[in-house]
Amino acid sequence: MEQTAMMEKSSPGRMKFVIGGLLIVAAVIYLIVSSTQASAQYFLTVDELITKGESVKGRDLRISGAVIGDSIQYDPQTLTLSFTIAAIPGDNKEIEAQGGLAEVLKQAVNDPNRARLVVSYNGPKPDLLRNEAQAIITGELGDDGVFYANELLLKCPTKYEEAVPDQAGT
Amino acid sequence: MLANFGFGALLITLLISLYGIGAAIYGVRRNQPAWVESARLAMLLTFPLISVVALSLIVLLVSGHYELEFVSSVTSNSMPIYLRITALWGGQAGSLVFWSWLMSAFATAVTLRRWDRDREFLPWVIVVSLITLAFFLILTIFFENPFERIWRAPNGQFIVAMFQPAGASLAMMRDGQGLNPLLRHPGMIIHPPMLYLGFVSFVIPYAFAIAALITGRTDDRWIRITRRWALVAWLFLSLGLILGGRWAYDVLGWGGYWGWDPVEIAAFMPWLTGTAFLHSVMIQEKRGMLKHWNMVLIILTYCLVIFGTFLTRSGVLSSVHAFAQSAIGPMFFGFIGLTFIASLYLLMQRWDSLKADTHMTSMLSREALFLLNNLLFMSILVVCFWGVMFPLISELFTNQKVTVGPPFYERATAPLFAGLLLLMGVAPLSAWRHSTAKTLGRAIWKPFIFSLLVGVLLPLALGVRHWAALLGFWLSAFVASVTLYEFWRGALARRRKSGENLALALWRLAGRNRRRYGGYVIHLGVVLMAIGIIGIEMFQTETQGTIPRGGSLSLRDYTVTYQSLAMFDTPDGRNVARAVLSVEKNGQYVGELHPRRDYYFESQQPMTIPGVRSTMEDDLYVLLVDWMPVSSQGATFKIYHNPLVNWLWLGGLVFILGTLIAAWPEKDPEEAVERAPRSAYAGAQV
Repeated sequence: MEQTAMMEKSSPGRMKFVIGGLLIVAAVIYLIVSSTQASAQYFLTVDELITKGESVKGRDLRISGAVIGDSIQYDPQTLTLSFTIAAIPGDNKEIEAQGGLAEVLKQAVNDPNRARLVVSYNGPKPDLLRNEAQAIITGELGDDGVFYANELLLKCPTKYEEAVPDQAGT
Repeated sequence: MLANFGFGALLITLLISLYGIGAAIYGVRRNQPAWVESARLAMLLTFPLISVVALSLIVLLVSGHYELEFVSSVTSNSMPIYLRITALWGGQAGSLVFWSWLMSAFATAVTLRRWDRDREFLPWVIVVSLITLAFFLILTIFFENPFERIWRAPNGQFIVAMFQPAGASLAMMRDGQGLNPLLRHPGMIIHPPMLYLGFVSFVIPYAFAIAALITGRTDDRWIRITRRWALVAWLFLSLGLILGGRWAYDVLGWGGYWGWDPVEIAAFMPWLTGTAFLHSVMIQEKRGMLKHWNMVLIILTYCLVIFGTFLTRSGVLSSVHAFAQSAIGPMFFGFIGLTFIASLYLLMQRWDSLKADTHMTSMLSREALFLLNNLLFMSILVVCFWGVMFPLISELFTNQKVTVGPPFYERATAPLFAGLLLLMGVAPLSAWRHSTAKTLGRAIWKPFIFSLLVGVLLPLALGVRHWAALLGFWLSAFVASVTLYEFWRGALARRRKSGENLALALWRLAGRNRRRYGGYVIHLGVVLMAIGIIGIEMFQTETQGTIPRGGSLSLRDYTVTYQSLAMFDTPDGRNVARAVLSVEKNGQYVGELHPRRDYYFESQQPMTIPGVRSTMEDDLYVLLVDWMPVSSQGATFKIYHNPLVNWLWLGGLVFILGTLIAAWPEKDPEEAVERAPRSAYAGAQV
């Protein structure tokens, strides 16, 4: 890092500072590399997950998709939640090109030909889980083809910026 | 009408800013002070002008002009007036206006200072501030215009545009969609302004640094001028981060306060470089070292401030905080890249004149420990930056998007934070210039022994067995002991000299040395926060279950019993389901909790508000997850037991108090620090 710039060239004790600095840099690099390996999550779209199939089983994955409202099933007694997501592009540019996130989510939900994935989760139903929300799900793919989530993140872009209200009178 | 007026004021402000930039550069190149003075007046004008813009927008928000797309996207009829005002920063377009407003306030304030002794800085401070301001104005005008209206075309389609498209008429809106319910919280009302204030006030020290580089006046004058600005910026940034944590804890309903979300990290990164900067400028003032480094730090801080605004606003990274998404990303990216390269180029030009006056010799000297502190802050920054950028980097090289979650940050930063705590304990006792293990040991052994008793034996006696928690508690106790010991020694020495009683001596000691003792109070705040963080991170437990009325759930010493559930509508457009739970601790009734679920009709969005019983020992945090709709017989709850988390908030208060002490104006802020008296013992000066 930058400590060579901070050290003085003619300083008599320069070596010990350089060595100390290098040790710290090495330690930080070790921390970053080992922590990255320990907690890397592969971000896949539903399409990619289905193509890769077997090869990513058991890995820590992050999947993004559009929530299909009719598929949401929730048993409050056992706190088991299951729903289906439809494939959406993983790339922001592609999403923008297709008319923004709200439009992409809507199309994905209404298109029966899209790849779909069943998600199972144990825990309280998130507030934002509803039709045409974007779900970002962390978990792993089970042998039965169901995605077992341990974390759900939901985003509903429709309501804030993009949509123009349609309740206008004249 | 008012929309046109506001938009016009926006355009005029941009023109005036551009004029100011031109006039300042022309004036300094042609050596004509009248042009610089004219540029100064231009910068002075930006605040009143943007105030007109912002106030127009606020009037439109409050009076419900829903034909403006921005107004209709963040307000609705049912919202109370204070929420309509604060809706200004509830959406992207409005927050850019708000950002510019604050920026211009600081720019205007800086023109009003006394410039007699450093007039050569003035034109370049104007140029840097106004370029920053103009960038945000351009974004607002051309990309995110809050004054755009919704028009109805003859074919019935809606069009969003600033000016009337041919044949279209203004759409008449009865109501708007309302502010995102998550943002309707006192913490959320002040959290963004605090962060923004922190962001924009860091622009001023940066502007002076660049002015110093351009003019070649590279002594520590720019640091002395901007010290208080930097402290105030840091105060707001810290306050913003703490309030954000509190908001998450109160509103987001996941029992936590910090999730290593990219947007949180975006606000945290300038704080890290800012903190490193506040520490390392002291070395430059005291010892004339690290001059390059301070320049690098303030440049980085500025770029991270813009980067932070960019991350929160561009939607480049998926995050719960990215409430707004748009295509302004490339603009931000270009601006950051350009300013970063230009700043580094200027620094290279002046590299030789920034040579250190002296050399660092002793590895245990105060300056060496400060340097280490800087390295640790930068390491945390690198970890954060790596974590945020990793998905983009890995996608670029492997075409595979890989993200790292909170475990990455926790694992990688925990040893670094521990190292910082250790330094916080050792550094105040080490001497400037030269310090050996022996002199340091002599100063440290008393607080060290004391900290072992309080930080290790006490937790052991209370049943803590986890080594990492014990280490954390010991470090906290060590810092606290050293800090309090410093207060004690200082007060005793003062009493000996002046004959004042101890309380008065302590008061005067801190009052005469605000920066140093304010810093110590900040350290105490950090210790309290550390205790809270250790408590909730390492000892949080949770349970969940569905129970019938009269049924109970138990967690640790607590038993909660479900008494009843009521559902009702409120005038501000919510349907509320509110459960009543009675809480017993070790069989003793201690009170009731009311976790609830608010359903917002307009946005069709539910929101879970926890019921919290909060004490210094622990928080019982209960969420109403679900209930049986027909008979409301059974309901599902999730319960968290969060030990010591209140220490985090208490520590936050102490932290802010300490920053206020350090930033409080002294009689002659320019000279006071230089005349700080020297004491006999090691580490007397800051």
